[in-house]
Amino acid sequence: MRILATTLVLGFLSATMLRFSPGFDFDEREMDIRLNAETKTLARVERAREKDLASFYAGYLKAGLSGDLGMSRSFNQPVVQLIRDRLPLTLVSLLYGVGGGIALGLALASAIVLLRTASLEAVSSIASGLFLCVPSGVIALLFLWTGANGRWAIPLVVFPHVYRYVRNLLGVAQSSPHVLTAIAKGLSPARILTRHLLLPLTPELASVAGMAVMLAFGASIPIEVISDSPGIGQLVCQAALGRDLPLLIAITMMVAILTMVTNGIGDTFLEVQRVQ
Amino acid sequence: MLVFGIALCANLVTRRPYAEQYREAVAARPSAEFPLGTDALGRDRLSRLLYGTRSSLLLAPAAAFIATVIATSLGGFFAFLGGTWERAFAAFTDAFISLPWFFVLITIRALLPLNVEPVTSAVITFGLLGLLGWPLSARIIRAGTRTFLTSDYFLQARASGIGTGPLLCKHLGPNLRPLVLAQFWISIPVFILSEANLSLLGLGVAEPLPSWGSLLRELESLGALTGHPVVLLPAVLLVAVVSCFQLLLQYPEEAT
Amino acid sequence: MNQTRFFILSLLAGTLSVFAAEPGGELRFTMRVEPKTFNPLQAADEGSELVRYLTGGVLIRLNRLSQELDPELASRWKVSEGSRRIDFELRPNIRFSDGTPFSCDDVAFTVKQLMDPSLHSPVGDSFRTGPGETETKCVSAVAGMVRFPAPVASLAALFDQVAMLSAHSPKRDIAVLGPFQVAEYRAGSSLLLRRNAYYWKRDSQGRQLPYLAAIRLDVQQSRETEMLRFRRGELDLVNKLDPELFDQLAGQMPAAALDAGPSLDWEILFFNQVPSAPIEDYKKAWFQSAAFRRAISEAINRDDLCRIVYRGHARSAAAPVSPSNHFWTNKALGAAEYSTRKALRRLEQDGFHLAGGNLIDRSRHKVEFSLITNAGNKLHERMMSMIQQDLAKIGVHLNVVALDFPSLAERITRSFQYETCLAAMTNIGLDPNEVMNIWLSSGANHPWNPSQKAPATPWEAEIDKLLYAQNRMGEAAKRKANFDRVQEIIVEQAPVLFLVYPNALAAVSARVKNLSPAPLYPQLYWNADRLALAEPARAAR
Repeated sequence: MRILATTLVLGFLSATMLRFSPGFDFDEREMDIRLNAETKTLARVERAREKDLASFYAGYLKAGLSGDLGMSRSFNQPVVQLIRDRLPLTLVSLLYGVGGGIALGLALASAIVLLRTASLEAVSSIASGLFLCVPSGVIALLFLWTGANGRWAIPLVVFPHVYRYVRNLLGVAQSSPHVLTAIAKGLSPARILTRHLLLPLTPELASVAGMAVMLAFGASIPIEVISDSPGIGQLVCQAALGRDLPLLIAITMMVAILTMVTNGIGDTFLEVQRVQ
Repeated sequence: MLVFGIALCANLVTRRPYAEQYREAVAARPSAEFPLGTDALGRDRLSRLLYGTRSSLLLAPAAAFIATVIATSLGGFFAFLGGTWERAFAAFTDAFISLPWFFVLITIRALLPLNVEPVTSAVITFGLLGLLGWPLSARIIRAGTRTFLTSDYFLQARASGIGTGPLLCKHLGPNLRPLVLAQFWISIPVFILSEANLSLLGLGVAEPLPSWGSLLRELESLGALTGHPVVLLPAVLLVAVVSCFQLLLQYPEEAT
Repeated sequence: MNQTRFFILSLLAGTLSVFAAEPGGELRFTMRVEPKTFNPLQAADEGSELVRYLTGGVLIRLNRLSQELDPELASRWKVSEGSRRIDFELRPNIRFSDGTPFSCDDVAFTVKQLMDPSLHSPVGDSFRTGPGETETKCVSAVAGMVRFPAPVASLAALFDQVAMLSAHSPKRDIAVLGPFQVAEYRAGSSLLLRRNAYYWKRDSQGRQLPYLAAIRLDVQQSRETEMLRFRRGELDLVNKLDPELFDQLAGQMPAAALDAGPSLDWEILFFNQVPSAPIEDYKKAWFQSAAFRRAISEAINRDDLCRIVYRGHARSAAAPVSPSNHFWTNKALGAAEYSTRKALRRLEQDGFHLAGGNLIDRSRHKVEFSLITNAGNKLHERMMSMIQQDLAKIGVHLNVVALDFPSLAERITRSFQYETCLAAMTNIGLDPNEVMNIWLSSGANHPWNPSQKAPATPWEAEIDKLLYAQNRMGEAAKRKANFDRVQEIIVEQAPVLFLVYPNALAAVSARVKNLSPAPLYPQLYWNADRLALAEPARAAR
């Protein structure tokens, strides 16, 4: 219920942001030099209908109840169809990004804790620095250049954030009394890592997964544009540049649900920890 | 520090103005005259790199500092309050992250006059980044604070009668420090790259003032990536600075 | 001279290679945006227009090389009644792609649809020059006439954009008369066109056209990715190539890089002259001064823009018509002159003076203004930087700002919160009547002061008069004389500074035969029905 209410409020807020942004009621037909004044006026009138936000949003939600999210102005297609066609591709990209980014970040941070070598620490720092500093579009371009799919860039964008966070958590946990006791007792490093370091950090790791989803989604926008992958990231870009109100509201609501669900999972873990 | 020092003394290292176009030496290779060559408009790359470093290394950390302070204050405060307040804050950050801030940024650009000095534009841009770039960090710091508040030794200390105030002052800060510092340094390159993206909205560091963001944008073409390696220098320098930052933060942390 | 040689060589190459090519094969290239509609009458975006061009059959075709009108579905036509009426005779035995016969009824049906005001067709609006009904009459199955309520200048040429619809076909939505028909559409990804088995044209040896079995159009926005795919052999053609990518290609695959010379497009800079614009009065006074505008024009080094930004693949511009438009270009107008000395002298005569490196006006205001353009256009951003440095030489402080397109459009069409603007203009047609909306003071796209109720200046009034007069004239030479004068006024008054005419650059795979690149849209595939492939392509991604 909370998610639904927040989503509806966010949909309205995003529509308000768009409504008051410059170029909201601009229609690209106005720049077509072949069209006469009458047609251009009509284009303006059509756009002006969306200016009354309250009635527009009420109508949008009413139609939404019957599964109609309106027509996208940028694509001249129903919003529902656009999202249905493009969502699978983005979900797969997110899976790559979140799974790959977390796996890579966790693996490197764990290896440093296990092996305790300065060279690995330095290499990891440089690698995470590199992927933080290079624009995601450039990483995608390099993958495309080698003939690979641009979506492989997403894990590399996510990884530095995960690595840095997990490395810090493990650094702090490493010096905690129970871990020092486990080391003194001669437990194997792998057991210390899994049982005494990673397992107690499950709530924080769940919270980092929520962050990774957001980062992966953010990275998918330029990467899908550069790779020409017909996913939701590409739609976001078009919706923003085309001031496409129905499409933008639908995407905002979708992102809000995604954010709240993934972060909600992390929060649930934290809550469980608190109760325990 | 070395990079920062050289950037601050840019006018001593190179005499060529960063905006001057040497139109007979466009896209020149490195030479005695132009140690790093020239860009597509014939501007001295060395000069642009130094002045770009100066503006980015001054403003990006400042923006990262603003964002981290907001994230730490809000994340820590609401985690401490707990319960409904904490849940409400979590919902607020989720909402904040989901909103299309793109439109607010272009509205801000519309409210600004067109005749803005490049330096003013840069300060406004990084200020906005600082004000809008805190939610992800806030979530992480909130989680860190929550972990601390549910830790055995915090509960033991409370049970042994130590007041919450002194406990927070003495222990929360040092416990959150690595987390906060990590968020701070991660924000620096993120903001440098975001500044380059904001230049697409008429915000960002305006021409002819260079920035690391605008220099990194040059890499977004295969010609640049496969061309002369000198084009990669801004990225190499940024990676070096960020990695040094990371290692510098790492060692004092481990020493404690 | 080079242009002529290029033209002859490409014709020869086309003629010789036709024998080497085998019919069949799938040609692959890209479209930057996916089509918003498959209704040819409503095509307004690049994707839809491309589909219309490749699938639609028209009565008359503008030959992109000779720039003359060629008979297509109509074997003969005659324009009369002061360019209000067109009589045509259709080729017999032509069928739509679904096998239904094509007749005068279909032409009447298409014209009726086209002129339906509720359709708001861009092409229909070009024909709608006055109030009243359009009359169509079929004399026989293959002969008829269309009478418009008001004169339509270059009436026959406009039919180049009217794809005929079927009046009787049960598959009306997909029945076409062009060389290809839509076979498969994957939203956001690709479009497959297959050859129309009923296409009416045959080559000189009697073989049915088109030679190609299919055309695959991938939706591809990123130019970098497009070039990568071209280099890998996954694409056969790349149209409208960026000069930087063109030079990279020319270095690696010289035979694939093709420069068809100056296009019809312009890169322009215009000054805000809207009386109600929310800018300072002293700035309005600068922008309303022809001397100021001309001085700014003289201070811009266009040759450097061509050499550096366009890497030599553009021509310095001075007038509204590109030299590629053979008939309408005004040869008397020379190239724009670059002289800071002359610019400063002109400014001094207009009451400006230099003080401490800054240009100061009569009322002691420092001359500083902003130049806006659309963000993400690397060429524009570079041009702005160069203009910034050029104007600094005459003491003008220019602030450059790149804005996202809707924000920019809002400023130049509604709020008028801008001072000067750098923009690109894509011209599809050759006739000045197609750009009336730009030059008429009442035009919604009149850049410097749109939709005026009455001309704000005497020279704009004169332009209006000349344009309306040529619109009523039938004789091409008289129309040309009028439009030459319009061009002269625009150059004298400089409300718009023409900066460059970019060249039409392309990448072409060696396996594509019969290419005859033209500077006019659609540069590479205007003769798509005659294109052929010499060998199979590599597997696509």
